[in-house]
Amino acid sequence: MAPPNVRGSSANRKAQLSVFTGYLVAAAGAAIGAALLIISLWQPQALAGLRSMASDATSSVGQAGASARTGGKSFFDAIAGYYRAGSKNADLEQEMQIARVKVAEAEALKRENLRLKATLGLHESDARPVALARLIGSTSSSARRFAYLSAGSADGVQREMPVVSPMGLVGRVLEAGAHSSRVMLLTDSESMVPVRRAKDDVVAFAEGRADGSLRLRLINLGINPIKRGDVFVTSGAGGLFRPNVAVAVAEVITKDGAIARVLSNPAATDYVAVEPVWQPEAVRMLKVQPASGKERE
Amino acid sequence: MIDPINPRARRDAFGSKINRDHSALLAFGVPWLSILLASLTPLLPIIASAPIVPPLAYLLLLAWRLMRPGLLPLWAGLPLGAFDDLFSGQPFGSGILLFSVTLIGIELLDVRFPWRSFWQDWIIAMAVTATYLVVAALVSGAHVDQGMLPALVPQFGLSVLTFPIIARIVSMLDRLRLLRVRRLA
Repeated sequence: MAPPNVRGSSANRKAQLSVFTGYLVAAAGAAIGAALLIISLWQPQALAGLRSMASDATSSVGQAGASARTGGKSFFDAIAGYYRAGSKNADLEQEMQIARVKVAEAEALKRENLRLKATLGLHESDARPVALARLIGSTSSSARRFAYLSAGSADGVQREMPVVSPMGLVGRVLEAGAHSSRVMLLTDSESMVPVRRAKDDVVAFAEGRADGSLRLRLINLGINPIKRGDVFVTSGAGGLFRPNVAVAVAEVITKDGAIARVLSNPAATDYVAVEPVWQPEAVRMLKVQPASGKERE
Repeated sequence: MIDPINPRARRDAFGSKINRDHSALLAFGVPWLSILLASLTPLLPIIASAPIVPPLAYLLLLAWRLMRPGLLPLWAGLPLGAFDDLFSGQPFGSGILLFSVTLIGIELLDVRFPWRSFWQDWIIAMAVTATYLVVAALVSGAHVDQGMLPALVPQFGLSVLTFPIIARIVSMLDRLRLLRVRRLA
């Protein structure tokens, strides 16, 4: 449809003025946006309260949707799943039989492990989760990878707390509202997790990439020892994440590490657990140190 | 004798023409409400590991703007963008800036090319959306590297395919918007 032609008539002074005012207000709006953008890039937590309030207000809607998602997979898998239901079912049954055997073996190993640890006098420090909650949504159209969690500071969730699913690490809490919080997923490009190879002590950093995979960067450069299919777990360095939580499996070997697939697909998890920060003292110390270092100089 | 009148003669697509008028609330509220609702897409139970879902609020804004020029005021980008920023995961302000600049840009385009077909609207919407996606990714605060642009391609492709559907939805909403529901006293 053609626009209403208010510009053409020079006689209608009022219409011309209102066009001018419109441009003025719109330009002011754009300028306000630019200013806010600079503020929030410079101080990412500056407007966190506003966002938490908004997500608190709408989290009940998201929760209803999340409970409808039963074992839902990612956007496309959910659609593709209908087409291969039969053959997939057969595959899964076979896989489950193998898995049952593996579970029995693992059980035996676990018992042996416990016995050996008891002889050594080590005790398991079991991290009790702070809260169990659902992931109610994610920023699926932005370049950042955040998810919304249906628990907030009323449930004891605080900033920096790790979020895990039975399949492995999901991310960590970035902002906590009263009844909902924002989680930075592992695949966000600002996320970095210290990891090690599950079978030995090859240490690396897992960084998020824009396309939803992880980049593993080895700390000790040299000959790259990573093979395809190697599983990486958290190393506990930094004190944020407790050690031995599964993170990713290496898929493509690169010069300085590997490209890895995240093990816990957040879309396929029903409930996630928010765990307390593993070593709060260490995290606090690491945060304080740079400031005190500056003072010394 | 007077011929019986066709019962449909006093009605059209928007309802009875007798004693009924458009409601101002519907006529001006529907576009705003639909765009605000589309801003809530991050609360849908889709947990994506890469950006794939098209920016629905932005596409809806484009569709309304291209189909009904003058319906949304030029400053609509400020409130709509602010609401979108609350949920989209972008740093606050990016939506305000991009929505406002888009509306100003299309306004200038309307001056130059007042009459367009749907194909031209589609091309315009896609060019604008491509710019929006790239700029939004650049200002999102994410780490910028050469892997970023290829990751946006599937999302752009989906946006291209979604726009005609959204334009169709907008034209359905437009019919709802113009229903004659107000009873004249």
